Amino acid sequence: MTAPEEGLELIAKTPAERRSTLAIWLSRLEGPQTMGRGPLFWAAVVAVVGAAAIYPLFVDGWTVGNAAYFFVWTFMAMGLGVVWGYCGALSFGQTAFFGLAGYGYGVLTINVGAAYGFTILALVLAVALAGLAALIIGYFMFYGRIKGVFIGIVTLSVTLVFSTFMAQTAGPQWRIGSARLNGFNGMSGMPPLTVPWPGGDLLLFADIPLYYVLLTLTVLCYLGLRMLLNAPFGNVLVAIRENPERAEMLGYDIRVYQLLAFGLGGALAGLSGVLYTAWGQYITPSSMGLTAAALPIVWVAVGGRKDITATLLGTLLVLYVFQTLTIYGSQYALVAMGVLLLLTVLLAPEGVVAILMRGIGRLFSRRQER
Amino acid sequence: MDLLPTAFAVLYQFGDAFAFLVIASAGLAVIFGMMGVINLAHGEFIMCGAYVTVAVARLGVPLPLAILTGALVAGLIGMLIERLIIRHLYHRTLDSIVATWGISLIATQGVLIVLGSTMQGVGTPLGSITVGSLSYSTYRLVLMGMALVLLLGLYLLFYHTRYGVVSRATIQAPHMARALGVDTGRIYSLTFGFGAALAGLAGGLYAPTMTMVPTMGATFIVESFVTVVVGGADIFLGAAPAAAVLAVIRASLTAWQGQLFGQIGLLIAVIIVIRVLPGGLSGWFLRTGR
Repeated sequence: MTAPEEGLELIAKTPAERRSTLAIWLSRLEGPQTMGRGPLFWAAVVAVVGAAAIYPLFVDGWTVGNAAYFFVWTFMAMGLGVVWGYCGALSFGQTAFFGLAGYGYGVLTINVGAAYGFTILALVLAVALAGLAALIIGYFMFYGRIKGVFIGIVTLSVTLVFSTFMAQTAGPQWRIGSARLNGFNGMSGMPPLTVPWPGGDLLLFADIPLYYVLLTLTVLCYLGLRMLLNAPFGNVLVAIRENPERAEMLGYDIRVYQLLAFGLGGALAGLSGVLYTAWGQYITPSSMGLTAAALPIVWVAVGGRKDITATLLGTLLVLYVFQTLTIYGSQYALVAMGVLLLLTVLLAPEGVVAILMRGIGRLFSRRQER
Repeated sequence: MDLLPTAFAVLYQFGDAFAFLVIASAGLAVIFGMMGVINLAHGEFIMCGAYVTVAVARLGVPLPLAILTGALVAGLIGMLIERLIIRHLYHRTLDSIVATWGISLIATQGVLIVLGSTMQGVGTPLGSITVGSLSYSTYRLVLMGMALVLLLGLYLLFYHTRYGVVSRATIQAPHMARALGVDTGRIYSLTFGFGAALAGLAGGLYAPTMTMVPTMGATFIVESFVTVVVGGADIFLGAAPAAAVLAVIRASLTAWQGQLFGQIGLLIAVIIVIRVLPGGLSGWFLRTGR
């Protein structure tokens, strides 16, 4: 796990250098594209996850369900972090995939039911649907070679039109199987995630079991993305962000990498959509409209888009602040989000959490030098 | 007997869609074409223009004057925002877009807090005319005329005035323009304000036909985004022909399946266009012609 190995990987893999695939991937938990390395950092990670794991012992069920709600959004944020922060393609349309997967999960489970763990399959199918939609839209954008600004406009247009479309599906003719789409009021009545269990299925309502499932998923997703971003794939994404022409001259087909990153981002947004729908058994078109679409941008920008850890922490932090402010009225909370976004862009373009993390990192590295 | 009214109905539909696309996108197109900034608060400038127009009109001021007031207020707010925020972000285009989204959030929700969820509007003026068996709103015919006047006015402004020459010089070669003594900062400020004023004008013009809600800007932005994307960077070579082409799509789909399908058709058109013509219509014109 020392630095020189990075260079050796580029040279032909002699038998002596060959390591198991698992070891290679595990070594990528640390690398140039992610902040945080060394035993101290991982001790902090273990401590934070451990604290999160014992958290439900100290608070009531509602608070735990609410904390689970925060975790629901982290996947969409991390996906946007990959697409925007690492790949440099500013997508305003993550909530389209969020909504698509949410509705997909609703339609599938309302029609088929929750028996034999079908909800898990529905989750996978809905996430795949969102990823596929992202790949299709991404194909037109990246193979059309449109540039930064236009990616934002096209994705936002798709989101707004999709949201308007779902909002007008109020009539009884708008049904897929036995699932009514219900227009602006949204779809409800889908079962929560259900795990088949000996002696009665385990229903994951917004409570302690769901909290642990979401915590596990968040940690796995975070670690998985760390490995992916430090893999050659992630390095190429950063190369594209820094200078697309140079990356292309080095022989990479940047369209493929952008497309895959966008597909991954869409699938992760879809995962958030499914989990949101399953969490509250409820999805509406307004969860992907103009206001909703702005929020992931706020989380990722405030956290720090160029580092996945900062994105994750920033998202949780901003969600907490937002919810605290919502008590005074959601309009006030949204104005505060707008101000927060403006101030971040003007004063801390790297992201508040990213700057803090860098400061802490510097503090520790200085102490070690002494 | 039947042919003439049908032809008029088709032309009316087309003209209505064309006018909407031109008027809604002019402000966005000016700011994007001149500065490369996509103003995501475009819808909020439209909303601002509409609100001011209605408020002034209800004081008894004649509607045309009220519309101009709306445009002026939106323009002044635009210049203020350029001074305070956009100015610091010219070298970071993507960040400037994110910042305008922050402004958009603040404006929409701020208006919701201050003025409530709806506001009494003014009725559509000028009544209607009857052609064949159908009646048409005269005001919408006026809007069609306004769209053409707007295009002509923009052309004259950018190609036949000193401001036009200086501003085009500023976008083409900012360093050169500065070396020749142009205050480029002032030009950017004026241009952003002008784009915002055009958005305010759009709001004022459409205010009598719409419900006054803080989110009314959202009705315009998909259409204006689509026009700008299909058009590309040049307003005259791009946005105007784009509006004409898209108006055909929108009018026919709207007549066939309703408003929403008109919008979906526009979206599909834009997705195909970015694959085939990445530079938009103006990029294509510049490559093939001239």
